[in-house]
Amino acid sequence: MSDLLLPVSEQLLAPGELSLEDLPALLGELVGPGIDAADLYFQRHVSETWVLEDGIVKDGSFHLDQGVGVRAQSGEKTGFAYSNAINREALSAAAQAARSIARAGQQGRVQAFAATRSAPLYLAGNPLDVLSRAEKVELLKRIDSRTRALDPRIRQVTVSLAGGWEHILVAASDGGLAADIRPLVRFNVSVIVEQNGRRERGGQGGGGRTDYRYFLETDDHGEERAMGYAREALRQALVNLEAIPAPAGTLPVVMGAGWSGVLLHEAVGHGLEGDFNRKGSSAYSGRIGELVASPLCTIVDDGTLHGRRGSLSVDDEGTPTQCTMLIEKGVLKGYMQDKLNARLMGVARTGNGRRESYAHLPMPRMTNTYMLAGESDPQEIIRSVKKGLYCANLGGGQVDITSGKFVFSTSEAYLIEGGRITAPVKGATLIGNGPEAMSRVSMVGNDLALDSGVGTCGKDGQSVPVGVGQPTLKIDAMTVGGTGA
Amino acid sequence: MSAIEGVGPQVLPQLEEQVEQIIAEARRQGASACEVSVSVDQGLSTTVRDGEVETVEFNRDQGFGITLYLGQRKGSASTSATGAEAIRETVAAALAIARHTSEDDCAGLADPELMAREVLDLDLYHPWEISPERAIELALECEAAAFATDSRVSKADGTSLHTWQGCRVYGNSHGFVGGYASTRHSLSCVMIAGDEAQMQRDYWYDVNRVGEALADPVSIGRRAAERAVRRLGARPVATCEVPVLFSAELAGGLFSHFLAAISGGNLYRHSSFLEGSLGQTLFPAWLSIDERPHILRGLGSASFDSDGLATYAKSIVENGVLASYLLGTYSGRKLGLPSTANAGGVHNLFVSHGDEDQAALLRRMGRGLLVTELMGQGLNLVTGDYSRGAAGYWVENGEIQFPVQEVTIAGNLRDMFRQIVAVGSDLETRGNIHSGSVLIERMTVAGR
Repeated sequence: MSDLLLPVSEQLLAPGELSLEDLPALLGELVGPGIDAADLYFQRHVSETWVLEDGIVKDGSFHLDQGVGVRAQSGEKTGFAYSNAINREALSAAAQAARSIARAGQQGRVQAFAATRSAPLYLAGNPLDVLSRAEKVELLKRIDSRTRALDPRIRQVTVSLAGGWEHILVAASDGGLAADIRPLVRFNVSVIVEQNGRRERGGQGGGGRTDYRYFLETDDHGEERAMGYAREALRQALVNLEAIPAPAGTLPVVMGAGWSGVLLHEAVGHGLEGDFNRKGSSAYSGRIGELVASPLCTIVDDGTLHGRRGSLSVDDEGTPTQCTMLIEKGVLKGYMQDKLNARLMGVARTGNGRRESYAHLPMPRMTNTYMLAGESDPQEIIRSVKKGLYCANLGGGQVDITSGKFVFSTSEAYLIEGGRITAPVKGATLIGNGPEAMSRVSMVGNDLALDSGVGTCGKDGQSVPVGVGQPTLKIDAMTVGGTGA
Repeated sequence: MSAIEGVGPQVLPQLEEQVEQIIAEARRQGASACEVSVSVDQGLSTTVRDGEVETVEFNRDQGFGITLYLGQRKGSASTSATGAEAIRETVAAALAIARHTSEDDCAGLADPELMAREVLDLDLYHPWEISPERAIELALECEAAAFATDSRVSKADGTSLHTWQGCRVYGNSHGFVGGYASTRHSLSCVMIAGDEAQMQRDYWYDVNRVGEALADPVSIGRRAAERAVRRLGARPVATCEVPVLFSAELAGGLFSHFLAAISGGNLYRHSSFLEGSLGQTLFPAWLSIDERPHILRGLGSASFDSDGLATYAKSIVENGVLASYLLGTYSGRKLGLPSTANAGGVHNLFVSHGDEDQAALLRRMGRGLLVTELMGQGLNLVTGDYSRGAAGYWVENGEIQFPVQEVTIAGNLRDMFRQIVAVGSDLETRGNIHSGSVLIERMTVAGR
């Protein structure tokens, strides 16, 4: 990506009368006695949101956030400060604060820069500018009116369009120098339907590191992609109108392909982040080489997928992303690492050092986490279940990485009775233990799908966009938190 | 808006001046009305783990946001950039949006006569002049106390001291300008207990407007350690329908679902199961919920809401009956009701309670589940259906028998509210919602 260095430094540094040539001296101020490593993270992020409800585009908002984060490390200690202003004075003040963690020790050194090269995974242009404001408003109104025309039971339609464009520049005392320009767009539709006094909601959305034209393209069903989301939101809402209480108790569970990969994100992903494993606080700590899942499970974290929501050309520490094998045929192969945890654990970094913004410290985070396809026909997986639950769509999830307990909530689920999908059931939370649930995976489908691009992961108060995916799979027993029999 | 030095009340006049500059710029560019919020804040966070410093973070943020109107059309913009050019560009960005949004009858500022007339001094600003070295010492003391509590405390997962202070000024083109400075300080401790079979993590914390008023670090560390150790040996129980006691620290979350369901935004969007329930009996007759926005040093205190309306004390639930929705100017207009000065949320909510502490409530419960942790977001506000992951303790004969994990609790919020048997005297006061433990007559617990 070295060809991005100039345009990015022009955006980020030039307004404060700085240039790439000034960075070694600025890092030099940071790397005094007792500091092992230091970096500067410059960021400019513009974003906008347009929202339609009650049939009108009520509000739009524009946001500009910029600044520089300054980090100094001494052993396991990290000092951090940031500034909204990007100029020499502000950087010096932040550097003074960040390096206050240093104790006496060796004088650190700033290595000569070597620009990181990586393949571009997304367009460099501004994704917000490909449609005029009038066209954005028209798109929202068109989706709203066409959705309302689909069914008289619709009470409310909410449509939103959101986009962001981010410039980042990382300069590190180890000579790392990397720039990236990242687009991210999203479109969401929520529908509320009412029938005989009963009300239900359905929602669907998608997006990725691309621009708004993505929503105008024709989807797999021959329809404008944005309208496809609307039709899907309505379908889910109508299914839920018929839902009966979900069962309560332990049952076989079949997870649908795609967004149900939230399961892996929670049950496996977080527990394999380097920081938890360095600290020994994860249920997966110290288990490399052990069987931690059924041999049918091969799970990767892959930041290199073109245009995906969780993808990055380089991570927020300037490390190129990669496809990291986490679990291969059930055996734990590796963790996801940022620079600090890789250095302290004596392993290679994996391009998973991410941060919400310049005002936050990087830490090991997922990119796109998914399970590779297996051999079973999805229909055959359903047929193998006498009485169980089929989870077609999920809401959010959460994990306690120490005890290994994880949950996710269904937003569209059905009973399986006698090998057939039957009645839809109300949303319920499912709970399990990560390694235990993964060892109970008894069938894996041949239908790997990735999600549509709506995932946001929270950790220590920081949110980052992520992707998930999986084929249809069967877990022999999970606890289902309904109220029914 | 230029860079501001300091964050105390002394910068309020500067921030007020910036608000006026931004309003003037919006008028100059052609906005018919606007509202502006400017803030500056700074903080220090230190985290220690295993007797060593892990991070020292210095935070300092500054920014402003504007919502402006062209007649009944609206646009918003915000930025962290400073200077006259940032003001011009941000106003222009909001205006460019307002030229394309739709006419909305309900849009616009609140009526001028409803604006707050004075900004009360609610005693919210108590800066803590604590050095990073001292902050580290307190955190280390807290963690050491945790390790000393029990030999089964095997690992630390971070003990953090945060101190924060900030200043915020809101103003609008009616001429209202109001601002205040506030502080917030906290100390939290996360510990891991382990035995041959399990690792369990738990935490404890305190938060206060006044740093010196925080609970003793030793008591916080001990409590975190005891909570983690107490969870060792946790197991699921068999699926059953039993009474459930929400511990006081979870009660605020339970009532926050109620608040979401009576908030104007969800009501006018037809996305709340409590739409149309004003005047209905939702809780047992002995239960009342009040809002008291002007408590000195209160964590939720505010003298005006985010529309600039004066906040006032009121009854939300009176003898079990829903007495007031939570409305801002816009949602009020959508529903044909006056604003309740709750744009932006509630300000210090108090749930009435009896005189039984948690132990007495366990005796009253007899056999059931004491829940001390909830996981996931399994709540459907449209229907009130509730299903979440839970951990806690199994109770028989009014006494705790063993720790429980990997279960879910499920019900419908409408039923759960009606079936509140008692609220304990063990008040949780570290947040915006003050409540004791909540005993609910019956929920479905799913387990083995």
